[in-house]
Amino acid sequence: MSLPGTNSTPMIRTVDLQKTYVLGEENIVRALRGVDFQVAQGSYVAIMGPSGSGKSTILNLLGCLDRPSDGQYFLGTEDVSQMDDNQLSEVRGRRIGFIFQSYNLIAQLTVLENIQVPLVYQGVDLRDYEERCVDLAKLVGLGDRLDHRPSQLSGGQQQRVAVARSLVNDPLIILADEPTGNLDSKTGTEVLDLIDRLNGDGKTIILVTHDDKVARRAHRVIHMKDGRIDREVVNRELTPR
Amino acid sequence: MLRFQFVSTVRLGIKSLMLHKLRAMLTMLGIIFGVCSVIAMLAIGEGASYEAQERIKKLGSNNVIVNSYKPAEDNQQNSGNRGMQIDYGLTYQDASRLQATIPGVKRVLPMRIIRENVRFSRNEVPCQVIGTLPFYPTVVGVDQVRGRFLCHLDERHQNNVCVITTGLAQRLFPYQDPLQHAVKISEFYYRVVGIIRETGTADQRPQTGQMEGEPIDNNVYIPLSTSRTRFGEVLIRRSAGSFQAEKVELHRVTVQMETLEAVETADPQIKLVLDRFHDRKDYEVIVPLELLRQAQETKRMFNIVLGSIAAISLLVGGIGIMNIMLATVTERTREIGVRRALGAKKRDIVTQFLVETVVLSIGGGLIGVTVGLIVPVIVSHLTAMKTIVTVWSVFVAFGISGAVGIVFGIYPARAAANLDPIEALRHE
Ligand SMILES: Nc1ncnc2c1ncn2[C@@H]1O[C@H](COP(=O)(O)OP(=O)(O)O)[C@@H](O)[C@H]1O
Ligand SMILES: [Mg+2]
Repeated sequence: MSLPGTNSTPMIRTVDLQKTYVLGEENIVRALRGVDFQVAQGSYVAIMGPSGSGKSTILNLLGCLDRPSDGQYFLGTEDVSQMDDNQLSEVRGRRIGFIFQSYNLIAQLTVLENIQVPLVYQGVDLRDYEERCVDLAKLVGLGDRLDHRPSQLSGGQQQRVAVARSLVNDPLIILADEPTGNLDSKTGTEVLDLIDRLNGDGKTIILVTHDDKVARRAHRVIHMKDGRIDREVVNRELTPR
Repeated sequence: MLRFQFVSTVRLGIKSLMLHKLRAMLTMLGIIFGVCSVIAMLAIGEGASYEAQERIKKLGSNNVIVNSYKPAEDNQQNSGNRGMQIDYGLTYQDASRLQATIPGVKRVLPMRIIRENVRFSRNEVPCQVIGTLPFYPTVVGVDQVRGRFLCHLDERHQNNVCVITTGLAQRLFPYQDPLQHAVKISEFYYRVVGIIRETGTADQRPQTGQMEGEPIDNNVYIPLSTSRTRFGEVLIRRSAGSFQAEKVELHRVTVQMETLEAVETADPQIKLVLDRFHDRKDYEVIVPLELLRQAQETKRMFNIVLGSIAAISLLVGGIGIMNIMLATVTERTREIGVRRALGAKKRDIVTQFLVETVVLSIGGGLIGVTVGLIVPVIVSHLTAMKTIVTVWSVFVAFGISGAVGIVFGIYPARAAANLDPIEALRHE
């Protein structure tokens, strides 16, 4: 029996990952001080830690929004730390789905159009994907709200649109930075249930949270402190599939 | 593949602009005014210079016109001295001297131009009675509409015949056929032998003192010899209670030159010949070719000035657009971050914002073209000024508006694309 997270061909592997912000001559912030970790395909990882410990920084690196100052990051077999801006965009568009704390829907677009945004940059004919987008809207329970604007939706509904949007490109990994941070516990639970379902369908999930209840849903919980991994807890109850 | 992306980018651009309709309209105003003023001002300028050039061309570019001209000092001298006779102007001698001495001269056409009322039955029309020679039509452009022009026999026998212009024919003979009828000019009757339309009619203001002429197609042509005997050389003019006698042999001499090169040198030579026998300045030389050149030069200057004004207004319009686009980029920083996170490359962001700018400027261009096409029509209506909208001005104005969009759109678009995705996502 192989345990997720200890799989022999990891989906994500980082080697001594570092991120340093140089703000001035004397003012250097070492947000990440060497992070080594691996995530197997299909696993569900939660990252916890005090504020300023580097959780968002590592999630941004994993999401290819930024390049590490030092160290390596392998996504599958590719070394992402060596890619240029265009290649990073490509990887984000094809492999990664983002869910943000503040939803980040585009205000002037409808629900359906928001779900389509990642497709726009894949150069496909949106008409061929209309059915898929409608199905995703139904999946997150918003099949009857396709023409609504984000401002006409509640926070929970907006976050569900964001979940649908993160899925439209059929990504390998879904990255979520405090997805329930702005939601009350009931709607938060709905969104987390949705994420659980995605994991059940085989998506790799990495999620940052402050909330122990949220972290309890993950296979592994990584605790960060001062830009390093402090400790790692494997959730024995959930690991076997 | 790319086409879908382009169409949806344009649609997205329009949609984003429609979120702030008033702002978009105001932003476009600069371009609208710029494009509109290019087209409208060029149309008005083109029309004005066309009219001027046509008028000058009608004088004949191979011709040099010498007009008799009442010297200014005679007028003053005479003001307290009524009843005195003034001699001035060109003479028959002058005409034959010009014919004999000017190199490259083809023909010299003498004219006497006398202002008289012409009558037929109860109709009376003020006219220019022009005494001239039979070859008049070969010097000044004329369409023979009916009948014939004056001939050598008319000249030799001082026949009482006349040729009238179409406009006069309509006024004097509303119901009859003018040919073979006789019109009355002062005490004598003249048989109408032909009707012409002057293609070469210019603003022929005869030197009879009156500044604004009657409608210029009220002309009667009679043989020069007839004019001389019937009217005499001393003409009496009454004005405001006083009367004046003027002795003028010829009012105008049109010198037709063989070639355009000969026209270039004619002016000083004519003056040289005439000055020997005219101790006062009582004639003026008009070179239509020179006027034409001046008109074209004026037009060129006009175009440069208009072009600069238009360029400045388009520049201002462009800066306005750039300003708004920079504000838009700041306002939509978060959206840019989201799009970058979802796979947009820098060039996608550049395209998105560039398309918006170009949609703004082309939209402004389209409205500007429309308004610019309407304004000349209104101007023509209100002022009877001729306007000519040239096709190239429309294309140039429209093309420039598009170019303005690209030039002034590049900077904001690049600023948007160069935002750091993480910073952009954190914005606000
Ligand atoms: N763009 C930046 N410039 C400078 N310092 C930064 C920047 N982004 C993050 N940091 C610093 O890096 C550290 C880690 O930040 P972050 O990863 O956002 O922490 P958190 O765990 O709260 O998400 C913090 O000390 C933060 O101040
Ligand atoms: Mg954070």
